[in-house]
Amino acid sequence: MSAPNKSYDPVEVETLKPEEIERMRDEALAAFAAADSLDALHEAKVAHTGPASPLALANREIGALPPHAKAEAGKRVGQARGAVNKGLAARQTELEAERDARVLVEEAVDVTLPYDRVPAGARHPLTTMMERVADVFVAMGYEVAEGPEVEAEWFNFDALNFLPDHPARQMQDTFFVRGPEGTEESGSGVVLRTHTSPVQARALLDRELPVYIVCPGRVFRTDELDATHTPVFHQIELLAVDEGLTMADLKGTLDHMVQALFGADMKTRLRPNYFPFTEPSAEMDMLCYVCKGESVGNPDRPCRTCSSEGWIELGGCGMVNPRVLTACGVDPEKYSGFAFGFGIERMLMFRHNVEDMRDMVEGDVRFTRPFGMEI
Amino acid sequence: MRVPLSWLREYVDLPVTETGRDVQAKLISAGLEVETVEQLGADLKGPLVVGQVATIEELTEFKKPIRFCTVDVGQANGTGEPQEIVCGARNFAVGDKVVVALPGAVLPGDFQIAERKTYGKMSRGMICSSDELSMGDDGTKGIIVLPPETEVGKDAIELLELVDEVLDIAVTPDRGYCLSMRGVARETAIAYGLPLRDPALIDVPGPNAYGYPVRIADPTGCDRFTARTVTGLSAEARSPIWLQRRLQKVGMRPISLAVDVTNYVMMELGQPLHAYDRGLVQGTIGVRRAEPGEKLTTLDGVERTLDAEDLVITDDRGPIGLAGVMGGANTEIADHDNVENATADVVIEAAHFDAVSIARTARRHKLSSEASRRFERGVDPQAAAAAAQRTVDLLVLLAGGTAEAGVTEVIAPTAPRTITIPADHPDKVAGVAYGRETVVRRLQEIGCDVYGQDELIVTVPSWRPDLTDPNDLAEEVIRLEGYENLPSTLPKPPAGLGLTDRQRLHRRVGRALAGAGYVEALNYPFLGEQVFDQLGLDKDDPARRVVKLSNPLSDEEPALRTTLLPGLLAALRRNDGRGSHDLALFESGLVFRPREEQRIAAVLPVDRRPTDEELAELNAALPEQPRHVAVVLAGAREQAGWWGKGRPADWADAVEAARAVAREAGAELTVRKGQYGPWHPGRCAELAVTVDGAERVVGHAGELHPRVVKALGLPARTCAMEVDLDAVEAAGDATVAAPRISTFPVATQDVALVVDAVVPAAEVEEALRDGAGELLESIRLFDVYENVEQLGEGRKSLAYALRFRAADRTLTVDEASAARDAAVALAGERVGAELRS
Repeated sequence: MSAPNKSYDPVEVETLKPEEIERMRDEALAAFAAADSLDALHEAKVAHTGPASPLALANREIGALPPHAKAEAGKRVGQARGAVNKGLAARQTELEAERDARVLVEEAVDVTLPYDRVPAGARHPLTTMMERVADVFVAMGYEVAEGPEVEAEWFNFDALNFLPDHPARQMQDTFFVRGPEGTEESGSGVVLRTHTSPVQARALLDRELPVYIVCPGRVFRTDELDATHTPVFHQIELLAVDEGLTMADLKGTLDHMVQALFGADMKTRLRPNYFPFTEPSAEMDMLCYVCKGESVGNPDRPCRTCSSEGWIELGGCGMVNPRVLTACGVDPEKYSGFAFGFGIERMLMFRHNVEDMRDMVEGDVRFTRPFGMEI
Repeated sequence: MRVPLSWLREYVDLPVTETGRDVQAKLISAGLEVETVEQLGADLKGPLVVGQVATIEELTEFKKPIRFCTVDVGQANGTGEPQEIVCGARNFAVGDKVVVALPGAVLPGDFQIAERKTYGKMSRGMICSSDELSMGDDGTKGIIVLPPETEVGKDAIELLELVDEVLDIAVTPDRGYCLSMRGVARETAIAYGLPLRDPALIDVPGPNAYGYPVRIADPTGCDRFTARTVTGLSAEARSPIWLQRRLQKVGMRPISLAVDVTNYVMMELGQPLHAYDRGLVQGTIGVRRAEPGEKLTTLDGVERTLDAEDLVITDDRGPIGLAGVMGGANTEIADHDNVENATADVVIEAAHFDAVSIARTARRHKLSSEASRRFERGVDPQAAAAAAQRTVDLLVLLAGGTAEAGVTEVIAPTAPRTITIPADHPDKVAGVAYGRETVVRRLQEIGCDVYGQDELIVTVPSWRPDLTDPNDLAEEVIRLEGYENLPSTLPKPPAGLGLTDRQRLHRRVGRALAGAGYVEALNYPFLGEQVFDQLGLDKDDPARRVVKLSNPLSDEEPALRTTLLPGLLAALRRNDGRGSHDLALFESGLVFRPREEQRIAAVLPVDRRPTDEELAELNAALPEQPRHVAVVLAGAREQAGWWGKGRPADWADAVEAARAVAREAGAELTVRKGQYGPWHPGRCAELAVTVDGAERVVGHAGELHPRVVKALGLPARTCAMEVDLDAVEAAGDATVAAPRISTFPVATQDVALVVDAVVPAAEVEEALRDGAGELLESIRLFDVYENVEQLGEGRKSLAYALRFRAADRTLTVDEASAARDAAVALAGERVGAELRS
C-alpha cells in the first residue's frame, strides 16, 4: 500500500497509471478465465474484485488526487472495474451452466416413482351427487331444506293427501316405529320417512311464501337389499309454490335440470301417472344421455344405458295437490305449485354405470375412492 | 291388468295394422303404464293341427311308461294316414281330440319338431301340452284334450288363438276402472278418437219382487246388491276354448264353467261377481258387519276369525263370504270332478261395497284378491246389473241353464258427483290456452256431463270415483291433450340465500376428512342392542336407550342407531375382510335418541293448517335426531415405501380428526384424557366444547379398547372418533377475525421443560402461553422425551419452540428472553415444570 499522495500530478501515482490499470484488468480477466470451477472463480473473484484487490486499492488512491485529476483517473478505474465485473459475471454464468449440466444430472430422480404415502380419501358419490343436483337449483335461487328421518305419519302421509285407507298408502312399504309400552305395535304415529316429500309440508309450514326449495335426503322402505333394491336410499325433492305456477313451469324446470346435469341438448318427457300429493301427476323420463334416443329401433346400435328405450325413467312429479296446500295453510285459490322427486341411487347407477346396488351400500373403499371430492 | 290385443279389438275398431307396441305408446301417453307387450306365439310355427287319437300301444319295456299312438289328423299331413307319434304323457284316451305338432313345426323356445326314432319307434310329430305351447296355466299341466266337437285337421294355432299380443298394464290406484277390458277399451277409444262399443250397454230387466231374497243391514258398506239365479246348469258343460284362452291370457286359471264365467265378466266389466251354489245357501242372503270372533272358512281353505268391522255376506247359518274379498267354502261351486254334487243352480251376486271397508278387511286378513283389488280402487256401481246379466247370459248360453225371471236389486240411492270449475281451470294448471271447447270435449270424452259457460258444472261418470277435485278434471284434459305437448317455461324464483351455514359446514367437514385421507361410508342406521355390550357401554349408558321399529327387516337389528360406530366398524371389518387393510373411513349422519317420555304422534287434521301448538306437540313426539360425525382407522396411516418407513394409524390420528372437524366448524375443541366404554382407558381423549358459556362433552377419540376390538372382530389397534356435530357447530364461530400481520422480525426461543409424566402436555402449553404474554406469536411442541437416567423415574421432557414478535418494533434479545422466562416460571408454578439444563 502506497503512502498518501502529496503530489498533484496523477502521473506521479504509480498505481493509477493507465498501463498499470490495464494490467490489473487483464490479470483479473485472465484469472477468471483460468478458474475451472465455481469455487476457483470465487477465489479469483475475492482476489480481483474484493476490498483488497489491486483495482479496489487503486480506486482508493483517487480520493487523494487534485480535483482536476480525479475525473480522468476515476473514469479509467471505473471502466476497468466494469470490464472485470462483466468478465466475472460471464464466467460465472458459464461455469454455472457447466455445473448444471453435470451436477443436476447427477441429482436426477425417477419421477415415475409412485407416492401413495397417505392414500387419498373420498366422499361418497351419493353425497356428492345430491350436492350436485341441489347446486343446480341453488343457482336458480332455490334453497336447500331438510327434515327429520324419523318422521310423524302425519307429515309422511296425511299432509300429503295419503288418506289412512288409500291404497297408495300401502304401495310404500313403511318402517313403523314401535309405540310406547302398552300401545299397539305400529300405533306410534311415527315412521321412517318413506320419501323426502314430508319436507314439502314442513317447508310450507315453516317458510314465507313463495317457497322454492330442494330437499335431498335419506329415505327408508322395507325392501331387502339386493342388486336393485336397498331399504335405505336417497332422494332429492323439489317444491315450488308461488302465484301462477303451471305445469309448463314444471316441465321447463325439469328440462333445465337435465341440461345442467347431462348437457345442453337434453330434454325430459312427462307421462301421466298417479301420486296422492300431486294432481295432475306425471312420471318423468329424460332423454338417454348416451344414445340420445338413437338406439330406438336401431338394433345395430343397442344402448345399454337405456336398454334401447331412448328414455331413462327419473321419477315422479306433478302440480302440488291443492289439498296439500290446504293442509299446510296455503290458500290454493291464490297459490299453485309443482314438485318432483327422484332417487339418487338410480341416477348414480345410470350416470356412472353402477351395476349393483350393494356397491353403493357396503362402504367398500375400492368403490368410493375413484369418485373423489365432487361428482 | 293384462290386456290381450285380440280381445281389446272387440270393443274398439283399431286399424288392423296397429301393433301392440303402437297401442302401448298411445296408452302410455294417455297415462296407462303399459309395462310390457308380450308377444304370444311369436316364435311359433306350424303345422299345428287338431288330431283324434286312433290307437294307443303301451310300451312297457322302458323306465317310464311310453305310449305309441296313431293319431288321425285328417288331410293335414298330406296323406290322410294316421300319424304315428310316441308320447310320454298319459292323460288322454283313444278318441280324444288333441293338438298335434307335425314335423316342420317349431314350438316356443325354438323347439323343432322332426321325424325321429325314439323308444324303438318312428315318431312323426308330437302331441302337445299347454306348457309346450306357452299357453298359460290350464290346471292340468298335461296334454291338451280338446272338446269332442272340435274338427279334426283344423289349424290349432288359430283354434287356440296362440298368436296374440298382451299388454301388461300397471294400473295406478286412481284408475280402478282400468282393471277391466271395458276401462282399457275406453281409454284406447279416446286415444285413437274411435267409438267405443261399451260392453256394459246391454238390456237388463228391471228388478222385481220374486228374485232371490237379499237383506242389507249396512247400506253404507253395501249400497248396491244385485242377485240373479240360473238353474239347470249342465254337469257336463265346460268352458269353451275361447273363454279358457282369454282367461289364460289375462293370467287366470280356468277352473269350472260357472267360476270361469264370473271371472270372465269381471275381467270384461270390472265388476267382481260371486256365484253361490244355490243348493248350499240357506235362506235369505244378508250383508252386515261381522260379529266379533265370528268365524268363516274362505275359498282358500283358511279359517278366519272375523273382526267387527268386516263386512260379510250371510245366510241363515251365518257368514258365507267375506264381502268383496273372497267367498266362503260352505257355498262353493262344485268342481267338475265332483260329479255327485255337481252344482245345478247358482245365485249370482253383483254388489258394490265401500272401498275403505274392503281395503281394511283385505289388509286385516292379509288377503288381497282380484275382487278386493277392484273394490279398493273403485268399481262402477252402475255396471252391477249389466255384469249380472252378462253372467246370466253366458251361463244360459254355455251351460244350458235357465235364467229365472226373478231379479233382486237392493240399492241405496246416491246422487252423482258434480264438480264446478272455471272453464279455464285446466288452462291455468297447464300453462296452455286450450280454450273452453277443448276442455268440454275432453271431459265429455271421458264420460262427464258438462254444463255451463265460464263456470262448468261437471257430472263425473259412475266409473270414475277418483274424480273429486277441480285438478282431477284438469289432469284429464291435460293428459288427453298430451303431456308431451306442454311447453317448457321457467319460473322466476326470488333471489335465494344459498346454502345455510350448517349445510356448508356439513359439506366442509366431508371435504376436510376426505382431504385427510378418509373415505366416506354411508351405513344403514339399524342395529341390535347386543352391540352395546360389545362396545363395553355401561348398563345405564344413555346410548342404550333406542328407538325401535315394529317391523324391522331383521329381528337381529330392530333398533335405530344412537352412535355411528357400529355401522362404521362393520364397514371397516367388511373392507378388511375383502383385503383392504389400511383403512380410514368416515360417516356423517343422524343418530336417534328417544325422548324422556315417548308420546304417540297425533294424526292432525288436513282441512286446515295445524296450530303451532299442534305442530310443536307433533314434533315433540319424534325422537331427537342430532347429526354425528365419526371416523374409524386401522392398519397403516402412512404407507411404507421408497421414501422410508410407514406409520400405523394411532390414537393421535383419531384425535386429529376431531380437531379437523372442530376447525371446520370454527369451534375451540378441548381435548383431555377421558375414559368411555369403547375406548382404551389409557388412550381415550374426551372432547369438549363450550356452548353459551357452558362446557359440554361432545364425543371421544382414541384407540379402541382391546376387548371391543376382540368382541367386534376388528383389526388390532383400531382407532375411532365420534362427535356430535350439531353441538360442535353450536360452539363454532363462523366469522374469523383477521389477524394483524407484523412485518417485524421474529425472535425464536426453544425451551425444554421437565415435568411429571402424568402432566398433560395441554396444561404445560397453556401455562407457557399464559406466562409468555402477548408477545408470544406461536408455540409448538416439537419433542417429547423420556429417559430414566437423565430425567429420573416418572418424568418427561417437553421441548417447545416459542416464537415472539411485536406489532410495532423489533424485539431485543432481552425482551424475548424475559417473555420466555416468564412463560417458564408460570409453567413451574402451575405444573411443576423445570427448565431442562
